Amino acid sequence: MNLADSKKKLALAGLGCGLVAACLAFFGNPANMAFCIACFVRDMAGSLGMHQAEAVQYARPEIVGLVCGSFLIAVVTKEYRSVAGSSPLIRFVLGMIIMIGSLVFLGCPLRMVIRMSAGDLNAWVALIGFILGVATGAFALKQGFSLGRSHETNAASGAVLPAILAGILILAVCTALLKASEAGPGSMHAPILLSLAGGLIFGALAQKSRMCFAGSIRDVILMKNFDLLTVILGLFAVMLVYNVALGKFTLGFDTPGVIAHSEFLWNILGMYAVGFAAVLAGGCPLRQLILAGQGSSDAAITVLGLFFGAALCHNLGLAASGTALNPETKELVAGAVPVNGKVACVICILVCFVIAFTNKRKVRK
Amino acid sequence: MKEIDARGLSCPEPLMMTAEALENADGPVKVLVSEAHQKTNVEKYAKDHGKKATTTEKGSEFEIVIE
Repeated sequence: MNLADSKKKLALAGLGCGLVAACLAFFGNPANMAFCIACFVRDMAGSLGMHQAEAVQYARPEIVGLVCGSFLIAVVTKEYRSVAGSSPLIRFVLGMIIMIGSLVFLGCPLRMVIRMSAGDLNAWVALIGFILGVATGAFALKQGFSLGRSHETNAASGAVLPAILAGILILAVCTALLKASEAGPGSMHAPILLSLAGGLIFGALAQKSRMCFAGSIRDVILMKNFDLLTVILGLFAVMLVYNVALGKFTLGFDTPGVIAHSEFLWNILGMYAVGFAAVLAGGCPLRQLILAGQGSSDAAITVLGLFFGAALCHNLGLAASGTALNPETKELVAGAVPVNGKVACVICILVCFVIAFTNKRKVRK
Repeated sequence: MKEIDARGLSCPEPLMMTAEALENADGPVKVLVSEAHQKTNVEKYAKDHGKKATTTEKGSEFEIVIE
């Protein structure tokens, strides 16, 4: 089975993933988050007590499903390869940067597309930053950027992250050890089995279609290849229909209920950091989870970087706040990026430049 | 035959190296990759550019000859 060899199959995979996201939103996930990788990894970090933001703590079965879905389909279709050794700590830092940039904007590239499909113009503004970030990464690649080769390792090594995540889910279901929000976005979720099934299906489809938000734009810039973009357009189309059909489409900035802010510069710079770091790491947050599932310990390290970045964001007050209605006064309180978050975002972009231009591909003689 | 060793490299490096080699080579090009998705990408790139790609599995890796 190969979903990546024709545009039609790629579009179908995108439609399938869109249906999963729409379904999960319908059954209880925060509407315009649906399946945000950054938000859900942040919630998982919260459930483990890595940060203390009470509104965003929940062991999201979707994340477990994504990685395990990719793992299972890779094993079945003989694409599982346990590899490691391509600049792991640089990848860890890139994972941190992706998370910090995402939480300055308030969403990963997947959520950016979901927000775009709901008419949130702030997400369209952020898309400019994302494209510029990807383009900067693509420029570095043209200059010979590389994090070096990975090598095969013991087969068990690649199964560690899927096993850890499955363990977290078991702890969440069978014990009261993990934290779970009682209010806020962390308390909003589809039934566990549905979330897990959605994650498994999404993970398998993403593994087979090579879905990647950073890769889609990178391939257009570098290769004039629109294949991966087809998957994203499929997902966008389904979410657009879902939002319009259910009256959830509101064109505008500052829409209450959409967890977002209207600080244009920081929406752009946040996603610039995400796009840049994702190209350097070889894929967006979703793609990192999928690669980790199919056996890459390097991608697994990037995922750990996402967890670490999420903890930093909430422990050090880097994450932005969303525009919301004050329930008592009925006034609109504008969301904002805190000063700490702005400083962190600028540092992240600088670090991306350092990584991009100090790591060159070595030619084998 | 010109040989490109892209084993273990992250996307899109194998494809960029293939594209560069095809631009500069007169004859066939042999590309070594380690991941299945990279194999598909290289085969598809060859096909899209009017070339024939023949793949052989070498253990857990792939050897693609483009001509």
